[in-house]
Amino acid sequence: MRGPLEGVRIADFSWVWAGAHAMELLAFLGAEVIKIESRRRPDSPRQFTLTAGETYSDLDESPAFNDLNLNKLGVTINLGEPKGVELAKEIIKISDVVAQNMGYGAMQRRGLGYEDLVKIKSDIIYLSSSTSGGTGPRAQDVGFAPIFASLGGLAGITGYSDGPPSLSMGELDILCATTSAFAVMAALIHRNRTGEGQYIDLSFSEAVAVLIGDAILDYTMNGRVQGRSGNIDDIMAPHNCYRCRGEDDWVSIAISTEDEWEKFCKVLENPALITNEKFSDAYNRWKNQGELDKLVEEWTKNFTSREVMERLQRAGVAAMPSFNTKDLYLDPHLKERNVWLKVNHPVLGEQTVVAPPWKLSATPAKITRPAPLIGEHNEYVFGELLGMKEEEIDKLIQEKVIY
Amino acid sequence: MSEGCLSGVKVLEHTQIVAGPYCSKVLADLGAEVIKIEKPGLGDDARRRAPFLNDIPHPERSGLFLYLNTNKLGITLNPNTKTGREIFEELVKEVDILIEDNPPQTIREQRLDYNSLKEINPKLIVVSITPFGQTGPYRDYKAYPLNTFHAGGLGYLVPFGSTFPSRPPLKWGDYCGEYVCGLVAAVATLGALYAQQTDGVGQHIDVSKQEALLSLLRVFAAYYPNQKRIADRFSGLFGDSSFSQLFSETMCPEDSEAIVVAAFSHQIESLIKLTGGDAEDAKGEMSGDAFQLLPKWMSNRTKEEIYQQAQAARIPAAPIRNVEEVVNSEQFKARRFFREIEHPEMGKVKIPTTPYHFSKTPWKIERPAPLLGQHNEDIYCRRLGHTKEDMVKLREGGII
Repeated sequence: MRGPLEGVRIADFSWVWAGAHAMELLAFLGAEVIKIESRRRPDSPRQFTLTAGETYSDLDESPAFNDLNLNKLGVTINLGEPKGVELAKEIIKISDVVAQNMGYGAMQRRGLGYEDLVKIKSDIIYLSSSTSGGTGPRAQDVGFAPIFASLGGLAGITGYSDGPPSLSMGELDILCATTSAFAVMAALIHRNRTGEGQYIDLSFSEAVAVLIGDAILDYTMNGRVQGRSGNIDDIMAPHNCYRCRGEDDWVSIAISTEDEWEKFCKVLENPALITNEKFSDAYNRWKNQGELDKLVEEWTKNFTSREVMERLQRAGVAAMPSFNTKDLYLDPHLKERNVWLKVNHPVLGEQTVVAPPWKLSATPAKITRPAPLIGEHNEYVFGELLGMKEEEIDKLIQEKVIY
Repeated sequence: MSEGCLSGVKVLEHTQIVAGPYCSKVLADLGAEVIKIEKPGLGDDARRRAPFLNDIPHPERSGLFLYLNTNKLGITLNPNTKTGREIFEELVKEVDILIEDNPPQTIREQRLDYNSLKEINPKLIVVSITPFGQTGPYRDYKAYPLNTFHAGGLGYLVPFGSTFPSRPPLKWGDYCGEYVCGLVAAVATLGALYAQQTDGVGQHIDVSKQEALLSLLRVFAAYYPNQKRIADRFSGLFGDSSFSQLFSETMCPEDSEAIVVAAFSHQIESLIKLTGGDAEDAKGEMSGDAFQLLPKWMSNRTKEEIYQQAQAARIPAAPIRNVEEVVNSEQFKARRFFREIEHPEMGKVKIPTTPYHFSKTPWKIERPAPLLGQHNEDIYCRRLGHTKEDMVKLREGGII
């Protein structure tokens, strides 16, 4: 079965996490994504992964790079050379989309800005993504995920009420990338209907701020500056994670209705809970949730989080463990839904990767190949797609234009 | 009037609270016509959730509902009555996409599932957004946003760099995790829409919130099966990483309320220079003196000064902003990211727009969130050809 975006070609100049994963999502949906990098300036996850504390001596041995660039083709073009820029333009001429998240003005300086490219491909869709967006006084901001989380307001409202703000790491890059993928696809649909391409200026800090709309409206409507409040809900209680029997083992429990509360008490077999006036209705439970949480934990700590989940779910009460990455890998539900796939990487060997996060019945998203080795598809892209002769390619290799 | 990217696309929304409504909101904000179905009399549960204007609970004054339902049309309908179902089917015939978030078992029992509806409209795209998807042992499990967030593995890693081993893992602030699920579903929706427009194919999209949230961990999660390393919230994800020191020394926001993250060697060199160290000595690596100098440099400056001065040296840095500072940020103002909209019950309210600024199809507000049943007459009479007398009977019968 075809992927939904089959026939769409993307010249992908984006890099690091937030850039690279965006076009990976489109590659999951069948787009042909040509990643353009060079040995002079290889994508950073080929060289190191800060969070995992790994540095790589070889450009082709990074599991993080593999996870962020699956399904893509890879070419190496030295954009510091005028001939390299010309070669990149040849790829752009046969592409539908250009994506980039280089430093402010870097593409323009090389003659690869939107204004330049629209001259050679009038209906090109051009995504430019950056920390604070391409206009305004902070257009030159540089950043990684924790910077986006801080500027966008998520860090400020996440954490214990008496603790520091919680920053976010790579997961927020992936989130920003998902936003980019959405914007590019919307532009593709617009172009389908009107024949018109366009420029997309995307701000990662805005991509975070749109996701905390309720906190923002509480300020713009009521002037209230929400602080951090852990797992606490506006009205639900119990609504928290409770310690279980295993090591750092926690279960999340959330109760909304009287019906759920009664079922919960029945499973706990704790008459003190049912008859205690302090917990007699939603408001009282919310007001006395500190005391309630202690009583709940007295019970949960006798079981593993999975046992609590099974007991409460059987009774119709919402309870799920706070899974760590090992639990997720071993989880029977995720296994049955084929969330873990394998790809064969020529250097890393067999790698387990997380599947695309959607199941489309007619045009499934797929993982078809590992991330490209550096320059792996030079021959295919320059030779077959662009129709260049072998001597031409060899000459550009010698001149370090293809590099 | 300029058009949006999705002008001409018709969407029927049968969802509530956050994830489903956010999925169709991002489509509506780009010009798709979204008809939102709400329960007669009650409406979307988000109408009963804070924040309320002036803290006075009222179904037309929830900021959460207002924000998540801009640019949509709103009707009331109970599809579980015979007539209600007929109307639902008439609507399904008219649209390109149905977005729903009902329990898989319920939707099958009510024959509102994809297999039943494709008979009526073969090109239809049905997007189902549920806690655990349509298949697998947890498919009928109950889960509130707190539970899906923790089931997806994100919660275990929050708060990042925790110094409280006896405290529980956390969710992100507000409903942020639920918005993520809506966004992830919206990407697949546009993929299917592209296929529908090019090949005429209809289909079902099964989105599990657990998997949408897990998708954000694709790199960290794979470290378990591939290397048997488990990420945790205590030590900068992977305890033995140089990053954990970088984090604890340079990003720990306990007092400073600003963060500095130098990752590339040129950033580290700039940082060492900026803080008065010997860059040549350090050879592009954070170590020894460099780790001592930064906290000292930060302690003498306000968070805005840290942001300005580090960024001027091309070093990633930011103040940790509270919501007030976010709304009043010069950068967001310059980009007109927050805009005031006019709502009949709430007056002028400032809301975030979109993080993607399209050159040819800019964001615009066509209408604020619908009042409960506001567009019943438009849709039922003008669109579907029912009479006003019909409408009265349908209302009396609890169908709309």
